[in-house]
Amino acid sequence: MIEVHELTKRYGDRLAVNAVSFTAQNGEILGFLGPNGAGKSTTMRMLTGFLPPSAGTARVAGFDVIRQSDDVRRRIGYLPENPPLYPEMTVRSYLTFVARLKGLPRARVPGACDEAIERMGLTEVSRRLLGHLSKGFKQRVGLAQALVHEPEVLVLDEPTIGLDPRQIIEIRSLIRGLSGNRTVILSTHILPEVSQLCDKVVIINEGRVVCEDSRENLTRESSLEEVFLRLITADAAEPAPGAGQPSAGV
Amino acid sequence: MRNVLTIAGREFRSIFTSPVAYVVLTGFLLLGGWFFFNLVARFNLLLSMYSSFQQMGDAVERLNLNDFVLAPLLQNLAVILVILVPMITMRSFAEEKRTGTYELLLTSPVGTGQIVLGKFLGAAGFITIMVGLTGIYGLILVAYGNPEIGVLLSGYLGLLLLALAFVAVGLFASSLTENQIIAAVTGLVMLLLLFVISWPADAAGETFGAVLRYVSVTEHFGEMVQGIIDTKSLVYFASMVAGWMFLTQRSVESVRWR
Repeated sequence: MIEVHELTKRYGDRLAVNAVSFTAQNGEILGFLGPNGAGKSTTMRMLTGFLPPSAGTARVAGFDVIRQSDDVRRRIGYLPENPPLYPEMTVRSYLTFVARLKGLPRARVPGACDEAIERMGLTEVSRRLLGHLSKGFKQRVGLAQALVHEPEVLVLDEPTIGLDPRQIIEIRSLIRGLSGNRTVILSTHILPEVSQLCDKVVIINEGRVVCEDSRENLTRESSLEEVFLRLITADAAEPAPGAGQPSAGV
Repeated sequence: MRNVLTIAGREFRSIFTSPVAYVVLTGFLLLGGWFFFNLVARFNLLLSMYSSFQQMGDAVERLNLNDFVLAPLLQNLAVILVILVPMITMRSFAEEKRTGTYELLLTSPVGTGQIVLGKFLGAAGFITIMVGLTGIYGLILVAYGNPEIGVLLSGYLGLLLLALAFVAVGLFASSLTENQIIAAVTGLVMLLLLFVISWPADAAGETFGAVLRYVSVTEHFGEMVQGIIDTKSLVYFASMVAGWMFLTQRSVESVRWR
């Protein structure tokens, strides 16, 4: 479960993420939607403990991301935008390394690797070097490293970017199989992905949440495309605070 | 500690799977062998020249393997290490930042201090093997001549400590950037500075001169090559390693300040 409250990230004068709040329950797949540069990756990096927030709080699986960072890190699986692979390692040795790094007890490491390899369909390439794998396999290894330590929460940053249509379909079905009792949060700007995968949608634009709702509610009256475009453009047209427009039609 | 060993093991293996390591190792041993051959040849020449003049009998007494072969050999190897250690350490952080594996490391339940220590141990393992392989020159001297063993061991210990201090400096340089070339050049310049920083010591006045001499690697290394293992030198090398590793840890941690 993820609870985000007024999370803010400032780079100098620029507000990358502005008081973002949302929650995701166990067993839910949350789609984090927004145009490029909206602050999706920054938010995810704060959730995973890579970047500290400038203000606000976030709790992952009940632990505070700042004060109980190590507890959070043990319970979170993270696939960054570029899968973090060492090209000179084999699939199996890489997953063993990650499992140990995530603090899995030594005795459970080989079993956990076997399971991740099997689950992600990597059996045939498990002895190959990561640098020699195709992009689709690399992405699968990225997913495997995110879940090798059986985390309660999975954070996936644009998991299908740059893949061909067949690979996209494969990765999507893998992600669907992963949810189970976990909380999955995945960022994307591909709208059909959200319709196919997610239970809940958070739309973010220019660092702010413009919509948080279940997918069914959002798509009841119009298509997700229309909702998305309306929210993004309405947000841009909104007058800046203090611009002094007394009663502009709301 | 387990985290440290996990990171150190991966680092060590990754150095050995990269072609850079083999190029550096080959170059180091090739140059080392060339120096050794020339020093021994020159020693031989001096010996035959001096002994052909009767009146220089006491000069022959002063010719010895330690001063005429081993000391200059170790000094030369130290200079080569100034150039080659940054080539080994340049990847350690820069490469991880470029490929994105840095994000994996920094989002794992591992402290930044453990990451830095692990990386140091991995690179230190490789450098120790590299320096260890030059021990063959010492062994040849012992097998075919009669150098003073104590001085020889002290000299090699000095070379190893110097190399480890260089690794710590190189790691720091690598932690500053995601460009390996910049990391290597920065490391090289810093090491060269450490090497020559005592040059103005004689002209710099008493107090400042002493400071410069203490900071310089060459002074402490030079003493150990002559067989003097002073606590001062050991403290110097230990604080070099610890100090640069502390700065590296700060530099890694600084991602979180921005």
